[in-house]
Amino acid sequence: MIPFTYTRADDASDAVRLSGTTGGKYLGGGTNLVDLLRETVERPPALIDVTGLSSTVRRRPGGGLLIGAAVRNTALAEHRDVRTRYPVLARAVLSGASAQIRNTATVGGNVLQRTRCAYFYDVAGSRCNKRDPGRGCDAIDGVNRTHAILGASAACVATHPSDLCVALAALDAAVHVEGSAGERTVPLTELHRLPGAHPEVETVLAPDELITAVELPPLPAAARSTYRKVRDRSSFAFALVSVAAVLEVRDGVVEGVRLALGGVAPKPWRARGAEEALTGGQATTRAFRAAAEAELASAEPLRDNGFKVELAIRTITAVLDELAGGTA
Amino acid sequence: MNDRGTTAAGGRGWVGDPVPRLDGPLKVRGEAPFAAEFAYDGLVHAALVHSTIPKGRVTALDTAAAEAAPGVVLVMTHHNAPRMRPMPLSGTSEKAGGPDDLPVMQDDRVRWNGQTIAVVLAETPEQADHAASLVGAEYDAEPSTTSLARAKADGTHTAVLFGHELHVEVGDAEAALAAADVAVDATYRTPYQNHNALEPHALTVVWHGDDLVVHDASQVVVHTAWTLAHMFGIEEERVHVTAPYVGGHFGGKGVWSHQPLAVAAAKLAGRPVRLALSRKSVYRLVGGRSLTEQRVAIGASADGRFEALIHTGTSAHTRNDALVEAFPFTSRSAYATRTLLIDCQGAYQDMLTPSTMRAPGEAVGSFALESAVDEVAVALGLDPVELRIRNEPAVDPTSGRPFSSRHVVEAWRAGAERFGWAKRNPVPGAVREGEWLVGTGCAAASHLYVRQPGGRARLTLTADGAATVEIAAHDAGMGTATAQTQVAAESLALPPDRVTIRFADSTLPGLVAALGSSQTVTVAATVLAARRALVAELLTLVGTGSPLAGLTPDEVGPHDAGLARLGDPGRHESYASILAAAGRADVVVEASAPPPTEMAEWSMHSYGAMFCEVRVSAVTGEARVSRFLGSLDCGRVVNPTTAGGQFRGGIIMGMGLALTEQTLVDERNGRIMNPGLGEYHIPVHLDVPEIDVIWTGVPDPRSPLGARGIGELTITGTGAAIANAIHNATGKRVRELPITPDKLL
Repeated sequence: MIPFTYTRADDASDAVRLSGTTGGKYLGGGTNLVDLLRETVERPPALIDVTGLSSTVRRRPGGGLLIGAAVRNTALAEHRDVRTRYPVLARAVLSGASAQIRNTATVGGNVLQRTRCAYFYDVAGSRCNKRDPGRGCDAIDGVNRTHAILGASAACVATHPSDLCVALAALDAAVHVEGSAGERTVPLTELHRLPGAHPEVETVLAPDELITAVELPPLPAAARSTYRKVRDRSSFAFALVSVAAVLEVRDGVVEGVRLALGGVAPKPWRARGAEEALTGGQATTRAFRAAAEAELASAEPLRDNGFKVELAIRTITAVLDELAGGTA
Repeated sequence: MNDRGTTAAGGRGWVGDPVPRLDGPLKVRGEAPFAAEFAYDGLVHAALVHSTIPKGRVTALDTAAAEAAPGVVLVMTHHNAPRMRPMPLSGTSEKAGGPDDLPVMQDDRVRWNGQTIAVVLAETPEQADHAASLVGAEYDAEPSTTSLARAKADGTHTAVLFGHELHVEVGDAEAALAAADVAVDATYRTPYQNHNALEPHALTVVWHGDDLVVHDASQVVVHTAWTLAHMFGIEEERVHVTAPYVGGHFGGKGVWSHQPLAVAAAKLAGRPVRLALSRKSVYRLVGGRSLTEQRVAIGASADGRFEALIHTGTSAHTRNDALVEAFPFTSRSAYATRTLLIDCQGAYQDMLTPSTMRAPGEAVGSFALESAVDEVAVALGLDPVELRIRNEPAVDPTSGRPFSSRHVVEAWRAGAERFGWAKRNPVPGAVREGEWLVGTGCAAASHLYVRQPGGRARLTLTADGAATVEIAAHDAGMGTATAQTQVAAESLALPPDRVTIRFADSTLPGLVAALGSSQTVTVAATVLAARRALVAELLTLVGTGSPLAGLTPDEVGPHDAGLARLGDPGRHESYASILAAAGRADVVVEASAPPPTEMAEWSMHSYGAMFCEVRVSAVTGEARVSRFLGSLDCGRVVNPTTAGGQFRGGIIMGMGLALTEQTLVDERNGRIMNPGLGEYHIPVHLDVPEIDVIWTGVPDPRSPLGARGIGELTITGTGAAIANAIHNATGKRVRELPITPDKLL
């Protein structure tokens, strides 16, 4: 391994200070970062352990939830308020990884996990613009069955692998951030960047900015929500397509809908086009499918992943059907 | 019969009893020494650097940074590696173990993407890994062939199996196909696959002068010892290879380049070396199952009799190996057919040499054959179980030899009864529960019977009446030592705790590879031969006052920890008494098993009738197996507990073959892109339902103990049973593995 220093931060401001002095990376559960260190994809001079940050889920005065960045995935999924008021989030978390990994992974780390593109990981043998900006992308014309169909660029076709983030995108979660320039809040949907010409820049965060918490808005409609993940085996596989949805229907009419997709784009993909098409319209299978088709109209499949277009349309339609049918 | 609530054969821990694995407690306690756990003073750790092009020359190797890194002892490349002869290709002599005949780190040539170009030795594994990442390489790449399409375009050749071209013609199959009432004719494809044994390949090596000791994760210790001796130019007797505990091998733990590399590095460094391959290095250096492209065509009469069976196609391999994935082999003995055409072509690629992987040929060949049989059943509107029974051959359709014991029809009937096959709706897509389409399917399993000719063992009986059997066989967790303890205990009429099996050591007698599901009968035949020799020897020792005095070996047999006259157990003397009276501390005999002539005289296979229920999402195409039954006909089962584990393990591996497993190769450069368990999808627990296994238990009169091979049987047929169930569920016929959701949309 490449040598690095390890320091455990006392609190967020201590972590930010350490980041400034060491140029290090923040370490949560390590379930992704340690893999990347082993593969030498990441070579930070220092690790700053931030698992001592808040690991509680608190109710906000207005009715939302504030989830500490160091909350473990298992604890989040088991939390009573999350299970009853935001089932989409509990289901998304439980569909990810394995029980062992969920026991260790943190919310902050999950939000910032990096793509599982095989070419990104193959440091010795493959070109990757994320690892080595400007050198080229071997995935675009390579083995790309699991890659992006939406929001990709000529420089990068990798997907964002998180399940949790897809639910957070649908819930309009906000990410609390602290850095040397102070504290700020970033909507989850604006945290991750599309690759464009610079796939190496994955979020809007400054290098020293630390995620301290994730806030869920009070969202009564989210009690009727769900997450569905389609994958090659029953567990321990990344999504081919996943769908997070919150649906409000009254008298057969869609009063509100929040829809996000995983496994199809370089970031958690909020399907605003579909939402607009659906809102105020009839809550029918035909309308759900039409909205899904509209959302996927801009898809640009690669050699191996054309199936994702129809798979996403079908999964969106089925999830909305299920929620409209009242069996959430 | 089955392994749940089995009636014990006697409860003595003899043949037929459900005995738990004897090595279980040791492994659970972490006290079983695996290859990478042998400790030596001064031991150094090895890490490997792999090529990133498939073909060409290494024009520059920059090892300076690695050599200067903390803890590094040396960096070995083709510039400083000790001289070695090329791998002796398996089959060129009886102990040759090379999967190919390539030189190992003797020149600047790159022959596949992932070949080792440098070995780094350091004081700790972490230091070695880090230094390996600092080695720089430049290449002069040459045009290469890394796709089957390109390889086929370059021309194919008829594959050779067991010394014969894999081509069989009985009558004019093409003409019969064209004239048949019903015909199916389709192409089936199976992908690259890798074994993924739980324990990655590893070895610990120490040189004592010119004597070499290797603790290896191996299924061929004697072959490994001879092969290393040959490569390094030393006497076979000076190489000692052991493999006491191995975490699975499935055909992948023979001789590969990593063993000579570790031995060479230890020689260069003058220190003991441990090389424990990373999972990624296993993918780069140890071949897996090659991909296949198969045509199966069946012509049938209106009443379902096969008029023509054609099984042909191509698999890729390399110019330097001896192995083609012999998929049509499975069709040689399967069905009565008026005409038959079998042909297997090989095509050369510039890739890592492929390997034997659990039921080579038969696992993927049975997917194609048994899918096609199901297609015939659908085309005829005939029940697929009935169709198979209707085409049951009376004698082997290729060789004309009689079957030694073939009770697969009984297995079909028993399986259908237990599975509830009669309740099946044969109409595809007719059964639906919510969004889930439910279907059932079946397929035949079969695996060639093999008994190896090299069985030889030493049997030692000591004055306290305990016996030790020594033979260079192997146990990778399947229960060899447990089963042979039962065999030896029964054949000597001893309690199992008076029997010790010593194995997996190249200095022991015998040449027994753990291949072809053949160890149980090979070793058992040897134990029985040694028993005969022991009885004869003991009779020379009995005194004139012994109840056994004057009897010949044919007149006595083991009974109650001693010998007794056959049919007259009262004329008995214990082993301890015989040895005490003779003043002997022990009696040692060594014997060889008789040659396996039964294989030439009879058509011998293990058989199975596999039944499967799947649920397929009509929305997403996700297919999940919800029920599975293997109804098997594999001779006498020596140990129902360990056999049950083998049967279920094979079925689970067959589920992976059918639904999830695929080694992803970038065809532009032959690079494996999913070299790890995260992205190479073996089934997880949630993919595996309760698996039911039953067997006929009919002993084979032509084999030792009446047993046949079981380790590879159930990966055959399983893939087709699942694919056929998916067809019944959805109406979709998927002819390309794995059957991932995209293929069912």
